[in-house]
Amino acid sequence: MFDSLSERLTAALRSVSGRSRLAEDNIAGAMREVRVALLEADVALSVVRRFTEEVRQRAIGQEINASLNAGQAFVQVVHEELVRTMGEANDALNLATNPPAVVLMAGLQGAGKTATTAKLARHLMERERKRVSVVSADVHRPAAIEQLRALSDEVGARFIPSAVGEAPVAIAKRALADARTRFDDVLIVDTAGRLAIDERMMAEIAQIHAAIDPIETLFVVDAMTGQDAAITAKAFNDALPLTGVVLAKVDGDARGGAALSVRSVTGKPIKFLAAGEKTDALEPFHPDRVASRILGMGDVLTLIEEAERKVDQRKARRLAGKLTTGRKFDLADYREQLQQMGNLGGAESLLEKLPGVGMLPEQARARLDEALFRRMIVIIDSMTPRERRFPDLIDGSRKRRIAAGSGTQVQDVNRLLKQHRQTQKVAKKTMRKGGMQRLARGLEAGSQAASRGGPPRRRQRRRRR
Amino acid sequence: MWKSKARAAATPPKSAGDGAPASAWSRLSRSLTRTRRQIASGIGDLLRGQRAIDAELLEELETSLLAADVGVAATDRIVDGLKKRVSRRELTDTTALHAALAAELVAILAPVASPLVIGAERPHVVLVVGVNGVGKTTLIGKLARRLGAEGHSVLLAAGDTFRAAAVEQLAEWGARNNVPVIAQGQGADSASVIFDTLTAAKARGVDVVLADTAGRLQAKTGLMEELRKIKRVMGRHAASAPHEVLLVLDAGVGQNALSQVREFDKAVGVTSLAVTKLDGTAKGGVLVAIAANFGLPVRFVGVGEGILDLQPFDAAAFVHALLRPGD
Repeated sequence: MFDSLSERLTAALRSVSGRSRLAEDNIAGAMREVRVALLEADVALSVVRRFTEEVRQRAIGQEINASLNAGQAFVQVVHEELVRTMGEANDALNLATNPPAVVLMAGLQGAGKTATTAKLARHLMERERKRVSVVSADVHRPAAIEQLRALSDEVGARFIPSAVGEAPVAIAKRALADARTRFDDVLIVDTAGRLAIDERMMAEIAQIHAAIDPIETLFVVDAMTGQDAAITAKAFNDALPLTGVVLAKVDGDARGGAALSVRSVTGKPIKFLAAGEKTDALEPFHPDRVASRILGMGDVLTLIEEAERKVDQRKARRLAGKLTTGRKFDLADYREQLQQMGNLGGAESLLEKLPGVGMLPEQARARLDEALFRRMIVIIDSMTPRERRFPDLIDGSRKRRIAAGSGTQVQDVNRLLKQHRQTQKVAKKTMRKGGMQRLARGLEAGSQAASRGGPPRRRQRRRRR
Repeated sequence: MWKSKARAAATPPKSAGDGAPASAWSRLSRSLTRTRRQIASGIGDLLRGQRAIDAELLEELETSLLAADVGVAATDRIVDGLKKRVSRRELTDTTALHAALAAELVAILAPVASPLVIGAERPHVVLVVGVNGVGKTTLIGKLARRLGAEGHSVLLAAGDTFRAAAVEQLAEWGARNNVPVIAQGQGADSASVIFDTLTAAKARGVDVVLADTAGRLQAKTGLMEELRKIKRVMGRHAASAPHEVLLVLDAGVGQNALSQVREFDKAVGVTSLAVTKLDGTAKGGVLVAIAANFGLPVRFVGVGEGILDLQPFDAAAFVHALLRPGD
């Protein structure tokens, strides 16, 4: 996608070639492409207008760098401007107050407030060592309170019970008193989803806000939201003094233009991305990454950071060393690499963050799951240490033995050997930048090899919790 | 009926408001105020000021459609069509342009307005799918009530075994409407819960089974595979089941809705759509693009929090509400 945008821009900027600067008369076509790209990413129209005007101002007079073509230079301008608009760096949660620091959650129905409440509780407990209690003031949706109870049990936050018959304001007040007497550091108050035009409900949340005076009031918005994101965010911001935004359901394939809309309309920082079904799936917001997504560039940085958190650094460095030199990256090393990738939480979540994944054939995507890694590891486990070190030894007879030992077919063994060779080759070629990028590339190469081999296998996967 | 409504949509506002009988209508039109206003700002000017059709005016139309989430491709197609007709002098005044736009939208949406019909086979099985938070469980609650009022016996399958308290949520809806719910609890195998429900439905001679599923983002291959399995298992019960795979869309969704339809369809063969939360400021205009691209029937729109606020989709009313100048 990134490629396609920069190609489209390059085409639109053809008239620029031979000139050293972008100028008003030669960027009109490119501005149109940027506008379309942003609209396709669901950035609100009013924000697109303002934003493209800023980009235009900045682009005019921009020198065309010799190392980039005009299209790439233009994408860079757009990307930088996106990052600037969304706030330069990640804004952390402000908890500097007399405890308990109260966090109020607000948003439309189904935005993901309750799930985010649990994720935030876990985040604060695990990463900031806070004592966290949670309460649900959602007396409207059936079983909403029960949902928060179950989730807080799961993450180990203290759940303050509430009941459907109680007034939401009373629940919030009672919870605050409770959290105070129990010396909790943070109290998170979950609320019912509400429409911004529902005056009664908006008054209710304003009353809750007044009653408990939260230091953080977070607006949770679904990353898949369209043009309405700007309208809703403005209405909530007018009714409540919001302090930040959480962008939820970022783990899908939505481009997330809502992030730009909400930020631009409210001026409030986006503090977190909620990206996954599990309760640990809350990441600090990084504008550059979301900018890349909006432009369809994938989110390689998050991938790298996640990789760094989950991968055994020592082993990774050793692997990277072997990959760099390209020498002796044997099957034992390949096995380690596969295992590390398994640790990243399955190839799916990893893949979603890679650029160009949308264009991978679905078969390839489907086959790239944990079961595949596991099977590959099992095949390697059925080899002798000598075979692992010298894959060239593996002849037809050995292949049959390995296949029998691992409960696979000879074709599977062949495929694994082929993928290993390819990983070696790809690694040698792309050996300049950070270690994890390499792993990711190797994976991509592997997936292409996998997609070529045979029909996809039906596999029943149990849902991971 | 269609025609008269289409015409009503196309004529100036005063006569259009007359003879709008159903409350469904007024609800929907109220709920679409937002969209209407967006489009109205262009149309309204045009009607009041009797402006000539010029590039600026066409651009305003384009803007209005984009701001309603209609999407770049569909908007371009619609506006280009209008431009061609303007250049052929088929449309010479603003009223004709307005009428042409309304007619064009109705022509796209009318073929997909088709209510849920309960077939002859018992039980008639509806599998409800969608991304997280679109309102699947709530829709099932309201739909159970509606079907019950129409005289059908209904059984609910608590197939969302993943989200905390989803089973309790559905059970609560069941209790409110006096409709039995088959559940195994959280963490159970969704396909197995639904299979059990089908067995129970057969034994009890129930008319309709509504099967809830966990919300899942369409990019999650593993979860989509799980959905395929659910459908396969249902097929083992009766070859024709599920009779309906209903994809629920949130009215607030943007262009990602197209990907949702495409991916869910690829996985389990979506047969129809429902749009929820149309009572807010969200415009739901992406339906135009979806109708143009996929032609899937739209069964329901959710226009409010109340249990009665689930309405059959009426294309003419939708477009009329969309285009009627501001209140």
